[in-house]
Amino acid sequence: MSAPVKSEPLGRARVPVPSGAPRTSPRRVRRRSAGPWLYLAPALVVLGGLLAYPIYQLGLISLFHYTQAQVSGGEPTSFQGLGNYRRLFADPQFWQVLSATVVFAAACVVSTLVVGCALAVLLTRVRALPRLALMLAALGAWATPAITGSTVWLFLFDPDFGPVNRVLGLGDHSWTYGRFSAFFLVLLEVVWCSFPFVMVTVYAGIRAVPSEVLEAAALDGASQWRIWRSVLAPMLRPILVVVTIQSVIWDFKVFTQIYVMTNGGGIAGQNLVLNVYAYQQAFASSQYSLGAAIGVVMLLILLAVTLVYLRLLRRQGEEL
Amino acid sequence: MKLSVRLVALAALVATAACAPQTSGDTSSGKDEKSGTLRVWLFQEVNNKPKEQVVDSVVAEFEKAHKGTEVTVEYIPVETRAQRIKAAFNDPKSAPDLIEYGNTDTAGYVKDGGLADITEEFGAWDEAKDTDPTARQSVTVGGKVYGAPYFVGVRALYYRTDVFKELDLKVPRTQAELISTAKKIRAEKPELYGLAVGGAYTYGAMPFIWAHGGELAEAESGSYASAIDSPAARKGIEAYTSLFGDDNCPAAKCAGMGGNDTVTAFASGKAAMAIGGDFSHAAVEAGKVKGKYAVVPLPGVKAGSIAPAFAGGNNLGVLKSTSHRTLAVDLMKRLASKKTQGELFEAMGFLPTFSDVREQAAAKEPFVKPFVQTLEAGTKFVPASPAWGQIDSSLVLPTMFQEIVSGKKSVAEASGDAAKKMDAAFGSAG
Repeated sequence: MSAPVKSEPLGRARVPVPSGAPRTSPRRVRRRSAGPWLYLAPALVVLGGLLAYPIYQLGLISLFHYTQAQVSGGEPTSFQGLGNYRRLFADPQFWQVLSATVVFAAACVVSTLVVGCALAVLLTRVRALPRLALMLAALGAWATPAITGSTVWLFLFDPDFGPVNRVLGLGDHSWTYGRFSAFFLVLLEVVWCSFPFVMVTVYAGIRAVPSEVLEAAALDGASQWRIWRSVLAPMLRPILVVVTIQSVIWDFKVFTQIYVMTNGGGIAGQNLVLNVYAYQQAFASSQYSLGAAIGVVMLLILLAVTLVYLRLLRRQGEEL
Repeated sequence: MKLSVRLVALAALVATAACAPQTSGDTSSGKDEKSGTLRVWLFQEVNNKPKEQVVDSVVAEFEKAHKGTEVTVEYIPVETRAQRIKAAFNDPKSAPDLIEYGNTDTAGYVKDGGLADITEEFGAWDEAKDTDPTARQSVTVGGKVYGAPYFVGVRALYYRTDVFKELDLKVPRTQAELISTAKKIRAEKPELYGLAVGGAYTYGAMPFIWAHGGELAEAESGSYASAIDSPAARKGIEAYTSLFGDDNCPAAKCAGMGGNDTVTAFASGKAAMAIGGDFSHAAVEAGKVKGKYAVVPLPGVKAGSIAPAFAGGNNLGVLKSTSHRTLAVDLMKRLASKKTQGELFEAMGFLPTFSDVREQAAAKEPFVKPFVQTLEAGTKFVPASPAWGQIDSSLVLPTMFQEIVSGKKSVAEASGDAAKKMDAAFGSAG
């Protein structure tokens, strides 16, 4: 953490300033600091209302004993301090669910990125018609609501009537019974519905890369893989950063797929992820304060992941 | 900038300390108006028309008896009832005066402060004395009455007469026979489940626990203590979970099934037996097995005995926030009266909560006989504690059964863990 960088107004953070040297005249600083805020005000008001206030409420609720009885006035509310968090951290199931979520989200992110990037490169290499077909297929997957997609995948892998078992000759093998096979099934669905975003974004990025660069690499005898690794990937880094962070956030928060495909967390809760667990605690069991505490923990984890990632990149001198 | 960030942080801190999250305070209105509009929420059934007709005629009589009153009835979808009713408790202004609710929710709603105590009115109601004891228990919390039983639902054993005849089997008379019969059928006809069971089918599993003398929980000085890990309860859990496996209902498929799934399996001809309710009758009749099945009470441990069944069903209750208390109670009594329950049985097949009305119903419709027998043999109810709602929705018992049938934990281990979770819930909810 470099404190001076943090306290600078936005947009000036990376301007190299020799220490001790007068930066700008005081008048300019004043005007600069007021102007941007004025322009940002409408967005900030909206963000404040839609983001800051709910987060404030979430944090507030997580400090109280707040269940349905408190909401509807059956019992008085009581301040718990960090009691909900203590209860949460003392629950072995929470840690088990948290680690499952981290591993599962990581697997989803990696698979999504690999599939998305591979298909983006493929898009640049095929003719117009197959490209259109692939694009349409991807957009179809993208446009499908998660709940529909999950249900369809479940049908495909149904032990009695599913075509997958018939094609693979697996008899009446149940995909959702084993812990890993159930997670695998959900992973397939998550990758299927989130790779189009990666593919389309990366494809657009590749298209923006000057063709001379690629041509030069090809003339130098670089293989496809080598071109990707040494030319495209570095040039596309800002885009890759965005899709990675997006994927981390999405996959960490996965809810619908797990809820629908494993019937709310799988056999004996073996496929629970943090979001479904929070839902169970908060809404199904009406323990809003405990659910809020899980929400806060999740928020902090995601913020930390994103910040660490951004810092790593910044250290490498990357503009975002 | 630095200063304002600090200010904001300070302001946030002050705000946190100063204000608690929103609550609706004491919801009782204190008013008791004798005219105006009464709002009623009833559940929307799959085939709702006959129910509406019965309710409409009651409402018409009520409006005639009380000049200047108007009743609006809204049928709410069963799937979203929990949210709707919670919202009604949160916002007394837009809440109805009278609601229908599932009887396992009674204690929870009372704790939420949503239902009015009508002990006096219920005691003074002349028809109430014929209410059967379990139904009465399902509206009672801590010795006070919070509603009127509307109908009961109870489960019994459905079996395929054609399969039994073909394999020359007798209807099982004990639970041991039930299990061996189920396995015999599976061995002879591997395409069928002997007895369709589900790891998430709590209400189908409870009779096994109760028949072996076990209990879910025992009342203990005002609260409850879990008894699910007692030796007797464990025997029942063992009996039920022994039905999961390739020799009856493969765990890979059956561990995740709930009650509806087992009934669907039976109705579509995939199972030779299933534990289904009187309310499942229509679904089975609409399936492939129509005309090829019969129903008997689920056998107990001793020959000829009936396993205690779970007495499900719905109640009617007056909301604490109503501003028409007297009128709402009167409407409730009319909607839950012997006459209306008899009509509802004819229209919808809902089993009446009055013993005498139920006997008349059984005389008219032979299919309800095994269910009435089951009710007469004595039924049981879930612990009348607000914690039950939490235990139910956090899937404590399904998790226990699934841990056992998937081989993750032994019966002793899984039931011990479940007992701990139940006790934690009883401890926090009282």
